[in-house]
Amino acid sequence: MSPLAKLLEAALFAAARPLTFEDLASLDPEAGEMAVEAALGELRAAYGDDHGVELLEIADGWQFLTRREYAEAIDRAQFALRPRRLSPAALETLAIIAYRQPVGRLEVDEIRGVDSGAVMDKLVERGLIEVVTRGEGLGRPLLYGTTPPFLEILGLKSLDDLPRLDELSVALRRPAPIPDDDP
Amino acid sequence: MPGQAGGGGFVVELEKFTGPLDLLLHLIREDEVDITDLPIAKIADQFLAVIADLGLNQAADYLEMAARLLRIKAQLLLPRRLGDDEWDDPRAELVRRLLEYQQIRELVDWMHVAAGARAERYARGYEAPPPDAPPAPLRIELNELLAAAERVIALIPEPTLHRVVPRPLDVEGATARLHALLAERETFGWADAVGPQATLVDVLSTFIALLELAKRGTLTLTQPEPFGPMVIRRESPREAA
Repeated sequence: MSPLAKLLEAALFAAARPLTFEDLASLDPEAGEMAVEAALGELRAAYGDDHGVELLEIADGWQFLTRREYAEAIDRAQFALRPRRLSPAALETLAIIAYRQPVGRLEVDEIRGVDSGAVMDKLVERGLIEVVTRGEGLGRPLLYGTTPPFLEILGLKSLDDLPRLDELSVALRRPAPIPDDDP
Repeated sequence: MPGQAGGGGFVVELEKFTGPLDLLLHLIREDEVDITDLPIAKIADQFLAVIADLGLNQAADYLEMAARLLRIKAQLLLPRRLGDDEWDDPRAELVRRLLEYQQIRELVDWMHVAAGARAERYARGYEAPPPDAPPAPLRIELNELLAAAERVIALIPEPTLHRVVPRPLDVEGATARLHALLAERETFGWADAVGPQATLVDVLSTFIALLELAKRGTLTLTQPEPFGPMVIRRESPREAA
């Protein structure tokens, strides 16, 4: 491997979060974008199938993760803890925020049919959502959006990896009794 | 009992469903009915039954949905003018919300799987997620604490104490007295057995002794007429054998 590829490998090994392309490029200011791109390609090739860890694209960055087949053994030996599972209420709230962002509490409450204030506070605390802006309406409500850690816990490269609404089996069909207002 | 809904069980049951829409969707799935042609009367009745059952009829969100369902049910019962094309199905808004919510649930399932798959890969420098934020350190003066304690103590009702005096039954004594009477007379009545000025304890002791002796075959108890006096008769050992 080239010295630059080795440098990227070392940085990715040391980091506790996915490193973006900009993060990686900042390691060696001398190296051009093309060189970093090439080094990253080299690294990806090196970590093809022959290693216990994989280089994966997550949250707009790169991260070494152990292969899934070793999860049980690592878990059993208690070398690492699996993250806490999110409750159905938390996942519901995250789904709404992910698709409607920026979105205010009222809209989340309305869609879920239940007060979601406490759930949203917890999600903010865990860093999965954050206030991104203020709405135009009465009282200029806080509007929330998802954060990179949200992508990390789902192992997504970007929000585009979420299923498109028209891919869902219950893609929003217009219920028959509602007349189509569109001209 | 309406009071049963209170207390700890209430919160536990709430967690079964994430909200009234979740419960509605659950009912709709169970009945395998068409969301877009919701049999509102049936669903409304089931919804009311479940929230009463689970004690959710104290939760505002569920109550609001119950009221909404009943209103739609009532609107559907109102007569409609024939050929009225302008009629808006009162169910439309609820159906729209249910479909939207159903979409959310499907996304939740997808996210659940994604999070599960991600959780099977460990990252470098993994740190356990921080536990729930510890409560803020409590800064309080002694006087404030004492005042607060007094306020709480004032709320505690004065306990009602009953003095319980043990009065053990004297079955043995009563048995001995009955044996003495039996040795003297072949038959006698309840009044003789229990003696004059009997206390409640005497009555109970004597009665238990009588039953015990009757069981052993020492005596027989007869009552010639309903509510009449009881006749206690000695059973001769020979006859009993």
